[in-house]
Amino acid sequence: MSDGYSPPLGRSKDSSAPVLYLDGVSVVFDGFRALNNLSLVVDAGELRAIIGPNGAGKTTMMDVITGKTRPTAGVVRFRDHDLTRLDEATIANLGIGRKFQKPTVFDALTVFENLELALKAPRGPFACLAWLLSGEARRRIEATVEEIGLTARMHDRAAILSHGQRQWLEIGMLLMQDPELLLVDEPVAGMTDQETEHTAALLVRIAGQRSVVVVEHDLEFVRALGSKVTVLCEGSMLSEGSIDHVQNDPRVIEVYLGR
Amino acid sequence: MSATIATPAPGTTGRLTIRLVLIGAILVLAVLPVLNQLPAESTLHVSDFIVSITGKWITYAVLALAIDLAWGYAGILSLGHGAFFALGGYAMGMHLMRLIGPRGVYGHPTLPDFMVFLGYQELPWYWLGFEHFPYAVLMAMAVPGVLAAILGFLAFRSRITGVYLSIITQAMTYALMLAFFRNDMGFGGNNGFTDFKELLGMPLNTDNARAVLFYASLALLVVAFLACTRITQSKLGRVLVAIRDAESRVRFLGYDVTRHKLFVFVLSAALAGLAGALYVPQVGIINPGEFSPGNSIEAVIWVAVGGRGTLVGAVLGAFSVNALKTWLTTVAPDLWLFALGGLFVAVTLFLPRGLIGLFAKAPK
Repeated sequence: MSDGYSPPLGRSKDSSAPVLYLDGVSVVFDGFRALNNLSLVVDAGELRAIIGPNGAGKTTMMDVITGKTRPTAGVVRFRDHDLTRLDEATIANLGIGRKFQKPTVFDALTVFENLELALKAPRGPFACLAWLLSGEARRRIEATVEEIGLTARMHDRAAILSHGQRQWLEIGMLLMQDPELLLVDEPVAGMTDQETEHTAALLVRIAGQRSVVVVEHDLEFVRALGSKVTVLCEGSMLSEGSIDHVQNDPRVIEVYLGR
Repeated sequence: MSATIATPAPGTTGRLTIRLVLIGAILVLAVLPVLNQLPAESTLHVSDFIVSITGKWITYAVLALAIDLAWGYAGILSLGHGAFFALGGYAMGMHLMRLIGPRGVYGHPTLPDFMVFLGYQELPWYWLGFEHFPYAVLMAMAVPGVLAAILGFLAFRSRITGVYLSIITQAMTYALMLAFFRNDMGFGGNNGFTDFKELLGMPLNTDNARAVLFYASLALLVVAFLACTRITQSKLGRVLVAIRDAESRVRFLGYDVTRHKLFVFVLSAALAGLAGALYVPQVGIINPGEFSPGNSIEAVIWVAVGGRGTLVGAVLGAFSVNALKTWLTTVAPDLWLFALGGLFVAVTLFLPRGLIGLFAKAPK
């Protein structure tokens, strides 16, 4: 830190500055505590897996970060922004991308066209009417298509993609928006083993350039990510560390793994 | 790199075929007024009736294009597009009324007959300017456009979609019909406007006028078709399709969905207005019946029958359903509404992609 080197301004890769910072966050729905004094810190470029039994508050946590749900108490910060005061669109434009559990891609459009719509560009009707695909935009889209492993299907309509391919396409659409933090909700639900492996490799590749938070049930998948794991239970953090650490934590075994 | 392998873009040959068929269809239509000039004994002679009814159908086809742009692409099912068509027709009707001048039954130098009859002393302010043709054409687009902008802004901003939006547009056209039936609106009440004499210095009800209006309608159809093609093949077209299929997802990508829907709805309304403006001089009358909710629904059925979401389908639907209507209302007038309803049900059940689905291969 004090060796005279100052990191470049803008998107800092300095791991000492957390990208996402949650402290003492609680969400109460009609007396039910969906989140209870939850704290979580995600560093720049970090890949983080979040596991927990059903009802542990994983999705509520995502909702709080993306502005869909307002916390009853606590601090939620993304870099220097107080997320509890911003709406969904503003938060999305700050650089937080979210993939929902159910993949939503545009069936009538091709893989390429789906990514083209997601690409950062002026969004108004006249700008879209006048839009011409530049060579650079094409290269970016093609690079993303390759990254998500759909090169062979680039000009196929999304409607005929397999479930796994649709999930990857949606991850690709998030990448086109160039987010700094990617929230991915249960990406491998319903995937074959091979698809699950591909997805883990894809997420590991993506992390590093940006922070990725993955919520997942599948422990084999989480192991394949090889990342730090946070275990949620009843709205609070129960345990945190490597997958081996949390799998051997007696509290985790009791509430989650043991059953 | 594999990019050097030259593979034709998917659907290139299909698109070429469609283009050739379209050019052929335009030529066939364009030759009708010429054949009309042949002597009546000639086997190739085309009657006045065929020319005037085809000219009318061409304006219907433009209306179908307008509906398809909003419904087939952006998913906005308007059941009130007949109102935009009628408003455009009224704008042209006002121009035609002003051109009658002192040739009316009462011979008043400026006031149309119905105003003299109702005891008007002077032209209402909203009639001013309609003696100028460009102004009337502008109003034929602007009045439907502004109405669509207001209605669309309120509805889309409140995220009113689907059947609720359809009901609102249906109510709009019904309300306008009731309003235009009133004598004190200044639009001729239930009689509307008729007895037109001339347009652009050209006496109406002549072969010449019929041909000019026919070609003007055909030109509008071609230009509208090309413009709609340009829109639907641009990124805007793909955004509209995305809005149709998953509106909230588009919003989540950072698009202002309201603005996109408003753009296409206003454009669609203005196009419908232009079609109405060309319809009125060809049929020689405009009255509040044009606002009747059934008209709007019928126009939506044209698009459904032809194949929504394809511009060719909308045009095909307008021509084929109206051809059927003309034939059926001649041989069995009482059956038409049953046939129309049955057609809609049959198309929905057996031809979800419309007539065009019979010719075009299902998209991959």
